[in-house]
Amino acid sequence: MEGYNYTIWIVLLPFLVFLVVGTGSLRIRPIVAGWIGTGSILITLALSLMCAWNYFGAGAPEGGWQTLIPYDMVWLRFNDTLQVHMGILLDPISVMMLVVISVVSSMVHIYSLGYMKGEAGFARYYAFLSLFSFSMYGLVLATNLFQIYFFWELVGISSYLLIGFYYDRHSAVAAAKKAFIVTRFADFGFMIGILLLSWYTGTFDFATLTSPDGAAIAKAASVSFMGASVLTWALVLIFIGGAGKSAMFPLHIWLPDAMEGPTPVSALIHAATMVVAGVYLVARLFPLYIFGDATALEVVAWTGAFTSLFAAIIALTQEDIKRVLAYSTMSQIGYMMLALGVSGSGGEEGLGYTASMFHLFTHAMFKALLFLGAGAVIHAVHSNLMDGMGGLRRYLPLTHASFLVACLAIAGIPPFAGFFSKDEILAAALHKDPVLFGTALLVAGLTALYMFRLYFRIFWGENKSYAHPPHEAPATMWVPLMILAALSALVGFIPFGEYVSPDRLPHASHLDMSIAITATAVSVLGILTAMWLYRKPSGVPARISGGLGALYRAAYRKFYIDEIYMGVTKNILFKGISSPVAWFDRHVVDGAMNGIGWVTARVSKEIKGLQSGHVQQYALGFMLGVLALVFVFIFWLKQ
Amino acid sequence: MNILLLLLIIPALTLAGLFLSRGKQQPRVVAALGMGLQFLAAFYLLFSYLRERAQGNAADMLFTSSYDWYTPLNISLDLGVDGVSVALILLTSIVILAGVLISWQMEDLPKEFFISLITLGTGVFGFFICIDLFSMFLFYELAVVPMYLLIGIWGSGPKEYAAMKLTLMLMAGSAFLLVGMLGLYFFSSGPADEHTFNIMEIAASGIPVEMQRIFFPLTFIGFGVLGALFPFHTWSPDGHSSAPTAVSMLGGYGCFRVAIFLMPQAAAELSWIFIILTGFSVIYGAFGAIRQTDLKYINAYSSVSHCGLVLFAILMLNKTAFNGAILQMISHGLMTALFFALIGMMYERTHTRIVQEMGGLLKVLPFISACYVIAGLASLGLPGLSGFVAELSIFVGAFENPDTFHRFWTILSVSAIVVTAVYILRVVGTMLMGPLKEASHASLAPASWYEKTGALLLVIPIAGIGLAPLWLSDMIQFSLAPIMRQLGF
Amino acid sequence: MIPGVSLLEILTVSTLMFFIGVYGFVTRKNLITVLMSLELILNGAAINFAAFNKYLYPGQPDGQFFTLFLIAVAAAEVALAIAIVINLYRRILSVDVDNVNTLKH
Repeated sequence: MEGYNYTIWIVLLPFLVFLVVGTGSLRIRPIVAGWIGTGSILITLALSLMCAWNYFGAGAPEGGWQTLIPYDMVWLRFNDTLQVHMGILLDPISVMMLVVISVVSSMVHIYSLGYMKGEAGFARYYAFLSLFSFSMYGLVLATNLFQIYFFWELVGISSYLLIGFYYDRHSAVAAAKKAFIVTRFADFGFMIGILLLSWYTGTFDFATLTSPDGAAIAKAASVSFMGASVLTWALVLIFIGGAGKSAMFPLHIWLPDAMEGPTPVSALIHAATMVVAGVYLVARLFPLYIFGDATALEVVAWTGAFTSLFAAIIALTQEDIKRVLAYSTMSQIGYMMLALGVSGSGGEEGLGYTASMFHLFTHAMFKALLFLGAGAVIHAVHSNLMDGMGGLRRYLPLTHASFLVACLAIAGIPPFAGFFSKDEILAAALHKDPVLFGTALLVAGLTALYMFRLYFRIFWGENKSYAHPPHEAPATMWVPLMILAALSALVGFIPFGEYVSPDRLPHASHLDMSIAITATAVSVLGILTAMWLYRKPSGVPARISGGLGALYRAAYRKFYIDEIYMGVTKNILFKGISSPVAWFDRHVVDGAMNGIGWVTARVSKEIKGLQSGHVQQYALGFMLGVLALVFVFIFWLKQ
Repeated sequence: MNILLLLLIIPALTLAGLFLSRGKQQPRVVAALGMGLQFLAAFYLLFSYLRERAQGNAADMLFTSSYDWYTPLNISLDLGVDGVSVALILLTSIVILAGVLISWQMEDLPKEFFISLITLGTGVFGFFICIDLFSMFLFYELAVVPMYLLIGIWGSGPKEYAAMKLTLMLMAGSAFLLVGMLGLYFFSSGPADEHTFNIMEIAASGIPVEMQRIFFPLTFIGFGVLGALFPFHTWSPDGHSSAPTAVSMLGGYGCFRVAIFLMPQAAAELSWIFIILTGFSVIYGAFGAIRQTDLKYINAYSSVSHCGLVLFAILMLNKTAFNGAILQMISHGLMTALFFALIGMMYERTHTRIVQEMGGLLKVLPFISACYVIAGLASLGLPGLSGFVAELSIFVGAFENPDTFHRFWTILSVSAIVVTAVYILRVVGTMLMGPLKEASHASLAPASWYEKTGALLLVIPIAGIGLAPLWLSDMIQFSLAPIMRQLGF
Repeated sequence: MIPGVSLLEILTVSTLMFFIGVYGFVTRKNLITVLMSLELILNGAAINFAAFNKYLYPGQPDGQFFTLFLIAVAAAEVALAIAIVINLYRRILSVDVDNVNTLKH
């Protein structure tokens, strides 16, 4: 524990910046706000790298990598057993995530200094970025389920605020709302999962939950409900939460729309960090998934596989470059989920887990690079649509080079980063199930195809004439591109198995040559197809899409999932439930209350005629009443 | 002198000062000074309370004292507080002070307005510091009556209708309550075997179970009307807006302190009826809010949902959920006060409360809009704000009841967090974001100092509780020991 | 004790007076007659007091006190009532009870 006390500042610093810049966003000069934010995030980058160096640098201790908790405090007490702690947990995956977040976040902070220059609300933008960094650090360093849920919601709201950054655009507002509500819906599952798990195990704490003896979870595994153990139910529900954040089918609909946010935000939140939180969550609880019966992991694997294929097909048809990248992100996250789902608990079996984390790591680098590169392109031509682009390699040489590196990395061409992680995923999938392997291989080919479709259509293809000649981005933008390009090219050589494995023991990584060759061949095939179709303008793509007919249209319209959701919310939630409830309340419940008032008024109107004002009538009534009482008393109550 | 008397003397002196004041300036200064003093007194009470506890005083009620009123019937004014009431007194002092500040520019009848507001406050303070049913009932009525004036004179829309409806419904509730309280009195036996109104004495001796079965529903419904219990909530959409929201906390507190604490066996037996009603109103209020277009109706339905959650949590009959219920009362009190204050500020500027008639206000009214977003996020249970702490405690507590019935209703009410997100974000998206809808809205006056102070007075505790809830929840949980004893834990 | 007259006979007279008074009070239109009927009712009750006292508790003064008290009340009441009637007459130029129904407003 000693020596890691500084990690608290990784979390606190962005929060303080958020408070300072957020409250003063209307008063401080934009550039000051930008540098405060960037400076603080660079400090956290230094601290994170220091932490990684301290943690991994000395080599694995006897018995595998340790879980360190340098900081832990009680935040809320529910009852005598259940307490919520806030703390910092360091283990291989959280330290790895620290590096990912701090690197990408720093790059995005620097990049935004150029990209967002002159935007109204520049200071607000940096305040929200700091809020996001704070929440994301808190999420990955969480020591318990509740802390992760706490920051889970906070990253959700930062994502909401940043997607809706251009808040005077209707589309941005709608996209932000959609992102928050869809993930909130998934979090409902997450919440129930946490409640179930904590009730049966009596703890939120990761260390207790995932301890190898499994004492805490034996009870949950033994209780069964509707044909599955409570543990499985809880894990599937928690996975739903993760699926919402990580845009797994069918909770993915928010991610493409989230591209309404500024492009650096998409790079940070919707490509590299927040969307992989779901993968991280499953990895964090991985021992539980292993201890439970196989159902939960199978759900994870098949959801991942289906999403990766589904998203890759849609990515082939999209015209907006950010949307292509969004679907590509979905597809790659599906890959990671698939890898987790096929993993075993350790040794060779545990390759999937290592591969998933490895792919998360490499993907963060090249996908952030792709988004930032796309941002540079958009910055140059002021459009998101591929129709308006072509031949840009002459105007944007630096962007072009870095983009090409990223495309090669994501397509899995050796020696770029994606090749190594993808290879491990394929090997793990083959080990488990040939169908999953086949799907993954197909997706690898499709990935190469749609990425190079993007690449050729932007940088090659038809030479468009531009009203303003596109110009290369300023240094604040291309320097991060270069750094990320170097990382994308090199991080594949990290021996990841040495550091991250489900049993915490170092394993030597090795390439499975037969799979490596097959996968590379498939990718190259994809690239060549893209080159044939898109390098020079030709009518072939149009003929192909015309030939596919309905299938193409369905993919282009994203398989109508959005329409289905719209139908459900509009017709069932709004028209089917809310309107009747509102009507029922005003007319039936309130009507009953008003009805009581009306009856009272009516009765009083009828009987007020008795009060005629004639004293004699009153007296008569009085007399008769007295007489009646006299008779009652004499004859009825005489006993 | 008992420190608690201070909390009654300050408002009384303020009222006297208000009667003597003239014009527009004097009443508001007197009111602000008085309530500022009350605010300090509440903090002083908090520190004295914490000091006593730190010194190891573990009595159920602190600062108890008894003043005879009418000895033949054993009626006396019994004072005493525990962690729960201290927390709620603190909340009330904040809300009332913020209410005074936000009404700083009150144009029509400022003196009368502040008199009503502070009379209401006196009732609420009195209710929280008393531990005998007689005085509690008295202060309860004292709080309800000014609501009629506040809504009927300074309300908006069909205000006479709203005021009359609210008063009649609350009076009907009071009738139930009176029967319930008299029932408790006549079936109680104090230390010397006489009837007593003192709730600690009643709790010690207990009430026969067959009588509890009669008086528990009466008391629960009686307080429940004020706590927006379905189907007695319909005063809320019409009336809630204009009335200071601290009052609706009386309902939840009353259910907790009187209905559950004094009649635990009946509560355990009959809670299922009310769980159905409250669980239903949690989700019903949330769905009702989606279709509203008027800001005040949206928040009124939202508050039906949140108040439903308070009562729902109380009925879960365990420590975690009780703690959550109290936290939710505090959080809801702060949030709703903030909401209605902001709605008032917006209405003053735009002269509309229809969401669709506004748009892009974030640009012209940054402070007010940002506060509105914070209130909205607190309302949908965002971590770091008070609503999250409260709701989560409630859900964890509710989940401690392992049977299918409780689980079903718990999961149903958890689902309200999604629906809440829908209606909150709809409002934020339409009204605050988007392009400016009315050209005339481009030149709205920014928030003035008193509006800012009033709003910040509410925002700061919302964020404070959300970020560091431990001291508050520990203070509350310590004081839940007596009720847990009553329930047999 | 009046020789030859039984309590029953006295009570018969007082009951008759009382009910004649009631009848008159309810049926007469003229306020003065109504007042006279009221006197009949009161005096019927006064006779009862005196008679019960004389016949049932001859040694005690309570009944006679009440009778005297009644006479005093009746006198005060008549003084008040006549004053009201005169005022009414000045105002509406009538002493008919049907014209005096403003009590309901």
